[in-house]
Parts: sequence; structure tokens; C-alpha cells
Amino acid sequence: MSVIAPTFRLSYFLRSILDNVFWIIVLVTLVGIPAIQIVLFYIEMPVIDGELLTPFLALTWLADPSRAVPIIKALMYTDFFRIAVFPGFGLAALLAAGTIFVERKMLAKLQLRVGPFYCGKVEGILQLMGDGLKLISKEIIIPAKADKPIFWLAPVAFVGTAAAFVSLIPVAPGWVVADVDLGVLAVFAVIGFFPIVTILSAWSANSKFPFIGGIRALHQMISFEIPLILSLLGVVMLAGTMSLTGIVESQDFFPWIVFLPVGAIVFFICILAELERIPFDLPEAESEIVAGWLTEFSGMMYGLVQLGTYLKLYAFAALFTVMFLGGWSGPMLWPPFPEEIITDGIQLGPVTATIPGLPILDQAMLNGVLWFLLKTVAVIFFILLPRGVFPRIRIDMLLSLGWYKLIGLSFINIFIALALLYAGVLGPGGMI
Amino acid sequence: MSTQLPPGLQLEKVDERIMTLNVGPQHPGSGHMRIIVQIDGDYIVACDPDPGYVHRGEEKMAEYRNYITNIPHLERPVIHDSCNILYPYVLGAEELLGIEVPERAKYVRVIAAELNRCVYTLYWLAIYGIFLGHSTMFMWPTGDRELFIDLLEKLTGARVTHAYFIPGGVRNDMPANFEDVCLRQVGYFEKRIAEYADVFYDNPILISRTADTGILSRNDAIRLGTTGSVLRASGVDYDVRKKEPYDVYDSMDFETNILKAGDAYARSKVPWLDMMESCRIIRDALSKMPKSGSVRTKLKPNPKGGDTSVYKRVESGRGALGCHIVSRKKPEPYRVKLSVGSFRNLIAMPYLLKGEKLGNMPSVYWSLNYWPVEADR
Repeated sequence: MSVIAPTFRLSYFLRSILDNVFWIIVLVTLVGIPAIQIVLFYIEMPVIDGELLTPFLALTWLADPSRAVPIIKALMYTDFFRIAVFPGFGLAALLAAGTIFVERKMLAKLQLRVGPFYCGKVEGILQLMGDGLKLISKEIIIPAKADKPIFWLAPVAFVGTAAAFVSLIPVAPGWVVADVDLGVLAVFAVIGFFPIVTILSAWSANSKFPFIGGIRALHQMISFEIPLILSLLGVVMLAGTMSLTGIVESQDFFPWIVFLPVGAIVFFICILAELERIPFDLPEAESEIVAGWLTEFSGMMYGLVQLGTYLKLYAFAALFTVMFLGGWSGPMLWPPFPEEIITDGIQLGPVTATIPGLPILDQAMLNGVLWFLLKTVAVIFFILLPRGVFPRIRIDMLLSLGWYKLIGLSFINIFIALALLYAGVLGPGGMI
Repeated sequence: MSTQLPPGLQLEKVDERIMTLNVGPQHPGSGHMRIIVQIDGDYIVACDPDPGYVHRGEEKMAEYRNYITNIPHLERPVIHDSCNILYPYVLGAEELLGIEVPERAKYVRVIAAELNRCVYTLYWLAIYGIFLGHSTMFMWPTGDRELFIDLLEKLTGARVTHAYFIPGGVRNDMPANFEDVCLRQVGYFEKRIAEYADVFYDNPILISRTADTGILSRNDAIRLGTTGSVLRASGVDYDVRKKEPYDVYDSMDFETNILKAGDAYARSKVPWLDMMESCRIIRDALSKMPKSGSVRTKLKPNPKGGDTSVYKRVESGRGALGCHIVSRKKPEPYRVKLSVGSFRNLIAMPYLLKGEKLGNMPSVYWSLNYWPVEADR
């Protein structure tokens, strides 16, 4: 006899389904429809059959589903969609959630155990949701002598900074939240905020272990930001632009990792250090300083910091893809859109449904997103892998690595780039 | 100040450079104890280990129970190494009560003791791994420990607290197919233990982190009275199994592992090498032991000792483990004193940590092969 469902009764089953249906209807009418209405007001509405839709008229898609496609298309060209769904927060959060799951399962396989297993029937895929619900339901405890406004602000600021970083990443041609001309410089500026947020949260907790952890994080982030910035300069020189979109477009034929492997390696090590991942997780070294600068966070404040950490992980992996692996460029894999759906419509038995305005997304964009995601996931995999293999290093080893070795290597990388540039092989006006 | 607060609880002046950290007892890197660490920046200027949080009065309890009923509670200080911590008590009680041990029982004891040493050492190694942030090294030994726990469960009936050794032999004989299963599991483990080197002992980050930290010189190791793997890692050839063989260890074929360096890396490596020797001893004992015979001499009910005292010593997972039993012609011992390796190794800790970096604290602390519960008894 199963523990989860000791007895099965058809009446209970039907009643639970009716309950769910009731709540779905209530929520859709009370929350869903008003929310859609609010969103519709921010969309530049399309013209259908010579008639400009008003937000109220737009609700007619409930009666005529073929009208939904132009409305969705109009929605996808709004800033709101870009910030909230794609390529902004929604995509990043989805990838972050996937990263957490893959990290736990992969690490478990490496360590000869099972990992999350029970939550969600299939290999524990809902474990993250369960953890999130647990964190939300936990009480938020704040130390009595903490500087409360700053302590409250720190997790929110951390997620905000990570989200700002995500917004700079171009995912496909034209698909970027903030297309800055000096994109690389903007990335450096955003990265510069992380140590500030970290030290503010650590200091405001007014506790010893967070303070030591914050100081460590500050040392680590500052000493690895310099090689990180220097290692990207080679790419900037060769691409001749600081715009991230421009850098991706400069890699149409080959990614820069082919010519600048030293810079790619330095940048990857700096990513590990900036993300505080093993072997560079000194700010959270639990056997020395409990949980470092996260010690006093509890409940959803801790959850927010974790969310920010994984958003940051996605953003750094995506930056590596954009700078060194050629972003969205790659051979065309996505099948072309079947045109007869627009011209002939879709045969649904006796009915032929004609849907105007398809396709919503063009083939090049979908192919670009596919390549971008493939490359980013590969980079994320390599970021996760050291956790199963390496122990934590010590702060003096970390600083000597950052200040002596990586800065030296990144200068070598710059010299390689300069040599290629002045020899006329690569770069603006080069041979290739 | 008249009402002197204990160290670590005093309020500090804000402008002082020295910060006092209470590492433990509620700290992921302390075990069941408190370490009061004073740091200046990243350097430890003073370290004061404060054990005693798990003191259970085992020695006093032993004065109210007779020689047999003492067995289940005397193994509590180190439940992972319960055969070895009972060993000196059982040897002493046999001498006091004048009991002869059958030949087969001596071999069974050696096998059980070596299996238990592996269980303890794997657990210790797992914690050493996670103290250094190496989570794979936490999971692998914890998983491989099941091999020996299964064997001991077959042998004794319990997974951790075996209460297997009794004055006069062992409690029950081996099950019929034990020898085959044991050889198979040990053979598998010998393959596994070589893989630990790939992921842990040959790891360049581990070597650069633990080598040359917390160096205990040969003279200091002897002067401070350390024992076991700590002593052998400092280049002293001392193993009770070799120097004062008990039961049938004198006929066993094994070697003492000695490393010269005396640093945290050497101290972490010696128990790993010792586990390989344990496997050799188990194979040797299984081949040499008499295939049949009694494993236990029948005792008189409520036996009384003479008016003497006895001191016996064995090599446990943490070093020499002595037991002093004083008898006063009663069914209960007059005094039982355990001299444990953990406490003797802890003495070296303040000397080793002084001047080290805070990041070295977990590796140096746990490399001392110290078990807080055993030290408190």
C-alpha cells in the first residue's frame, strides 16, 4: 500500500478536480483577465481588418482565437516583454533554475549518490520549487544590532545588480534589453557593483563571521576584476567595437577563442572567482566562517541572494559565449517556417483555420537563440564541474593567483591581440 | 575584574586589532567542541581549544557496573571505532579475572578491530574532505564505509555500536560465509582506495593548501605527547601493534607507515596508508586463523578481580589507547581510566595553529586525528 495515497475513492478524486476547476475559474476572472487588461494598455495594438484594436476590443481574441497571434506579436515587440520574459529576466531565471537542478544531479552522479529524487515524481525535478516554497515560508530573522535598512536592501540590490547584468546580454540579432554602444564598459560598471553590495550586506549584519566573509569577498572580487577586465580587452581590440552586439557580429567566421585562448582561460578562471564557486568559495567557506557573508540571511532573503547568484552565473556564462564563442552565430539548424500555413491555413478536419501574421519569430532569430543557448549551457557545465573535483583554496593563494599570474597572462593576451592587429591579420581592415 | 567571564565571552574594545572568534560548538567546522580563536587580520594569534561539551562520565559510570555490563557503555565515546576502544578494557579485564582466550577468538578480534579502524578512518577522512570544501571526498568515503559496516553487521549484528569484544573472547562466532564476503569486499575496497589518490591526495590544490602548514617537528611531536598517525607523520616509528603486540598482531604481516614531513598533508595521508595495511592484516588474519574452534571462554557469573591494577594499551584509529583498571576484590572495577589518543593529539593544536592563517584552521585541526567525543569521554 502506498503511503502517499492510502485509499483511492472516485468521489474524492472528482471533488478535487471540481475544486481545482472552481479555483482556476475564480482566479482567471479575478486576477488573470485584469492582468491581461493592464498589460494590453502598454502594447501598441495592431490593425486587424482595417480596424485598430483598442485594449477592450482586444479581448475579442477570446471569441476569435485567430486574433490572438497579432496581439501576441505586438506584445513581443514591447519593452515589457523584453525585460520580463525574453531575453531578460524570464529566460535567465529559467536557465538559472535549470542550472541548479543540473548542478545537483550532476554532482550527485559524480559522488555516487542519487541527488534530488522524490519531489516531482520524475528524478526530483520539482525539488527547486519545494526549496523555494520552504524558503518563502521561513521566518526572516534579522540580528538585533544590524543596520536594518541596509540589511534589508542588500539582497534586493544584489538581485537588481544581477538583473542589470542580464539585461546587457544580447541573445539573438536585435534581441537585447539594453543595447548599449559601450556594452563592455557597461558590463564592467555593473560588475563593479557586486563588491559594494556584498560588503554593505556583510557590514550591516553587525556580526563577526559575515564581516570576515565580506572582507574576503571584497578582496577576491577586486583582485579578480582587474584580470577579468584586462582579459576582455584583447577581444575589444580585435573586434574594434565595445558594443556586445558588434562583438558577436565580428565573430561570423570564427570565434575569438581560436586566436585568444589565453584570454579565454583567464576570463574563465576570473568568472569562477567572481561567482564565488569552488575552488574560490572562500567568502562562503563553511568550515572556517560558517557561511561567510550569507550567515545572517534567513528565509527569502537568503533565497533572493541565491537567485541573484545564479542569475549572475548565467550572465557570466552568457558573457563568455558572447565574447569568446561567437554568441548566436553558427550554422543554420532551425528548419524554415512552412509558408503554406499562412497561405493555405491549417486543415483541422472539416475546418480550415487561416491565421494571419505568422510567423511571430523568424528563422534566423530562432537559430541564433538555439546556438546561443547551446554554447551558454556548455559554459555553465564547465563552471559547475570544478565543484566535484577541487577543494577550496586559501586567501593568500587566491590573491597571488589573481595579482601575479592572471594579470601577467592577460597582458600576454593583450600582446597577442596587438601582434595580430598590427600584423594586419585580424581586426578592422584585416585580412580575414 | 572580579567577575571574570570565560574567554571568548568577554566584550571587546572596538579599536582593538585582535578579534575573538568563537568557533563552535554551533559551527559547521568545529565538531562537538569550541575553539576560541583570536585573529589579527587573517592570522591566528592565539587558539584555545575548549573541549568538554560531550562529557558523559563514562569512567565514573564504569565504577558502578560489573565487568560485563561495562562493555556497552564504554564503547560510546567512539561509536565508529567501538571495537578498538573496548580492546584495552577487555584485555585488562581478562588479565584481572584470569581468563584464557581461545586462539580463534584472537584472530576474530584482530579482524574486527581492523575492520573497525577502516570504518573510523573513512569517516574521519570524509570530514577532512568536507572541511577543505571537497564534497566528493565527503561522499566517497561515506559510501565506501558501508562495505565495512555491512561486514561488521554480519559479524556482530549491529552497524555501529557492536559491543562485540567480551572478556574471554568475542560474543559470537563468524557466520558461515563471512570469509568469502570479507575477501570480496576488502578486494573491492583496495581498488577504491587507490582512486582516492586521483581525486584527493594527488590534487595539486590540496597539496599546495595543506603541505607546509601546521608543521609538527619530530622533537615537538614527542615532547607534546602526541600519538598515532600524528606521531607517525612526524617521522617517529611508533605503533603499539608493532612495539607491544597484543593478541596475534606479532604474527601479522604489515608495515608501519612513517612520513617525515610532519605537516597537515602528511598527517592526512598516514591514516589513508594505514587503511591499506589494515586490509593486508585482514587478509593475513583470515588465512592464518584456525578454521574451527571456540571463540569464547565461559565466564563464571559475576566474576571478581583480585586486589591489583592493570594497564593495557592498543593502537586505535587515533593512536595509542590505554585503559587502566584498578580492582578491589569486587564484581565492579574500583576505577577505570581511559587514556585516549584524541586528547593527547589535541594538546598539540594551540602550538600548531599559532601564527597560521584562519583558512588553515580546519585542515590543521582535523588533521590531528581528533575525535571530540572520545576526548571528553
